[in-house]
Amino acid sequence: MLWNTLLLALREIRRNVLRSVLTMLGIVIGVAAVIVMVTLGDGATRQVTAQIESLGTNLLMITMGQRMGPGSGSNAPPFTLEDVAAVQREIGAASAVAGSASQAMTAVVGNSNWSTTVTGSDNRFFAVRNWTLDDGRLFTEPEQRAGRAVCVIGATVRRELFGYQDPIGQKIRLKQIACEVIGLLASKGQSAMGSDQDDLVVMPLRTFQRRVAGNQDINLIQLSVREGDSTEQVKADIERMMRERRHVHPADQDNFSVRDMKEIATMLTGTTRVLTALLSAVAAVSLLVGGIGIMNIMLVSVTERTREIGIRLAIGALEREVLMQFLVEAVVLSSLGGLLGILLALVASIGLASLLQVPFVLNGPIILIAFLFSAAVGVVFGYFPARRAARLDPIEALRHE
Amino acid sequence: MADATSDRSGPLIELRRVTKVYGRGDAAVHALAGVDLRIEQGEFVAVMGPSGSGKSTAMNILGCLDTPSSGSYRFRGVAVETLGRDQRALLRRRDLGFVFQGFNLLNRTSALENVELPLIYRRTPRAERHALAQRALALVGLNGREGHTPGELSGGQQQRVAIARAIVTDPHLLLADEPTGNLDSVRSHEIMTLLGGLNRDRGITILMVTHEPEMAAYAHRVVHFLDGRVVDESAPEQRS
Ligand SMILES: Nc1ncnc2c1ncn2[C@@H]1O[C@H](COP(=O)(O)OP(=O)(O)O)[C@@H](O)[C@H]1O
Ligand SMILES: [Mg+2]
Repeated sequence: MLWNTLLLALREIRRNVLRSVLTMLGIVIGVAAVIVMVTLGDGATRQVTAQIESLGTNLLMITMGQRMGPGSGSNAPPFTLEDVAAVQREIGAASAVAGSASQAMTAVVGNSNWSTTVTGSDNRFFAVRNWTLDDGRLFTEPEQRAGRAVCVIGATVRRELFGYQDPIGQKIRLKQIACEVIGLLASKGQSAMGSDQDDLVVMPLRTFQRRVAGNQDINLIQLSVREGDSTEQVKADIERMMRERRHVHPADQDNFSVRDMKEIATMLTGTTRVLTALLSAVAAVSLLVGGIGIMNIMLVSVTERTREIGIRLAIGALEREVLMQFLVEAVVLSSLGGLLGILLALVASIGLASLLQVPFVLNGPIILIAFLFSAAVGVVFGYFPARRAARLDPIEALRHE
Repeated sequence: MADATSDRSGPLIELRRVTKVYGRGDAAVHALAGVDLRIEQGEFVAVMGPSGSGKSTAMNILGCLDTPSSGSYRFRGVAVETLGRDQRALLRRRDLGFVFQGFNLLNRTSALENVELPLIYRRTPRAERHALAQRALALVGLNGREGHTPGELSGGQQQRVAIARAIVTDPHLLLADEPTGNLDSVRSHEIMTLLGGLNRDRGITILMVTHEPEMAAYAHRVVHFLDGRVVDESAPEQRS
């Protein structure tokens, strides 16, 4: 019987192909929009998470001043190597601590030049930031101690200055120093904030201080917190210690800040999630509108087919059998819309993901949910018209023209 | 029917002081004003009477499509007025067949499928359904027309399809409200011959409303209605 009802519904839908398709459109668009939103949202979240993870898990950054970004800490005193040593010594939960200083510079190789950021640090910098080498090596102890003109470069610098040539052993000119490339870092891509992480040149701290900056300043201390230790606690410890070392008056604000990358990650993914949820809610409204469209057409259909209903009732169809017939028709209509919406969403998500450079993450559950939801829309909005059909008086219905 | 209350020895139909009132107060219309009627198994009864005398109302009640305002209706011993909507639907499904003046076939649906419709609600298996519908169509002389839709058939042929649909379930009672009302005289006689044959050869009890004495002449008995009452029961005028 259900099979017959299903066939009947399909036949009825085929009889009015154009009308059926137009009726389904609301559901198609609603389902597609929800799936696209969630898929892109998932992709964006995954991207942010991956980027944050590539920064190094449990990373804490100690910066000068209260704000992050250019111009921050202009009147806050810089850190010193002693500060770095003190963090290393006193913060037991720190597995690695790296102090660094950076400056924007133009790097030149032959005819090519490229504006990049040059950082002076030591090998711990790579450990803290989870950098790995694609080629070459890191600094040796003597190189760091003596302040030799050697450097490790990021993938972007390599591409811009050397193209597809092997950069190892080549020299890069940075102002008046000629720096030998000894290592090539594996690419990390964009950061969560949208900057290119691979656009960097790293040289030993001593080299940087002596030959680039001309001072002993450290402007960033990064450390990774041992697995299992609370970053909150470590952060508080560092803050207390640094206030003391930097002689901050108890009434004054910190003239440095400690940033927890996990916090930033949570914040960023949180934002993406809220945005996804909002957009999905908007998309869900169009599902509702689609449902109302189905109800409308089903009511029209019931009116048009009053005589047919009368015939069915007269020859002994039960109320619930007529109800089922129209309900199944509404559900088939909305489910077909759901299926079309899923197809549309897959095509659109793949296209948009590549356009927005977000990974395409196939979210199985949401597709299933969207489909079930579209079927449910059919049940909910088909019920009222179906009940109206089932409750018709057979005599009246037969008289209907 | 397998009901404990059904009584196969009594009359097929028994109406006792059945009334039907539409509307209320001053606007009330007494479509039936106390009808008594008995019809035995195997009869062929014609119902005649002027327009508005309550014939269709009586047919609807007898066909369990409607319930009386008062009085009792026993169909094979079952008190129909006590049945609910679904129970009446089941009774129609099992024991009744309808033929209407306007044919009332499903459009854009083949003759075969139209005839199969009551069997679908009876959950008859597909193969058996086909066979029964084919047989019913053959019985009304429509072999070879199974695939035609009502639009592709003449009025007489459509009424034959409707008759095939009504008898495909082997009903106890066939109710026909002006079955020849839309047909010319030749087709009308063909339909009447068909009904007469079904009554004679298959023992189907037939109750038929008609305006034309010529058609009533095919019946064993004529019941005359006037102003919602049965005024006269007689043998039909002899066919010439
Ligand atoms: N649904 C209805 N509502 C109100 N009055 C009705 C309805 N059906 C029939 N009637 C009235 O009941 C009377 C009998 O009608 P009907 O049984 O159709 O007569 P017939 O079939 O003999 O012409 C008529 O006066 C008709 O107007
Ligand atoms: Mg009438």
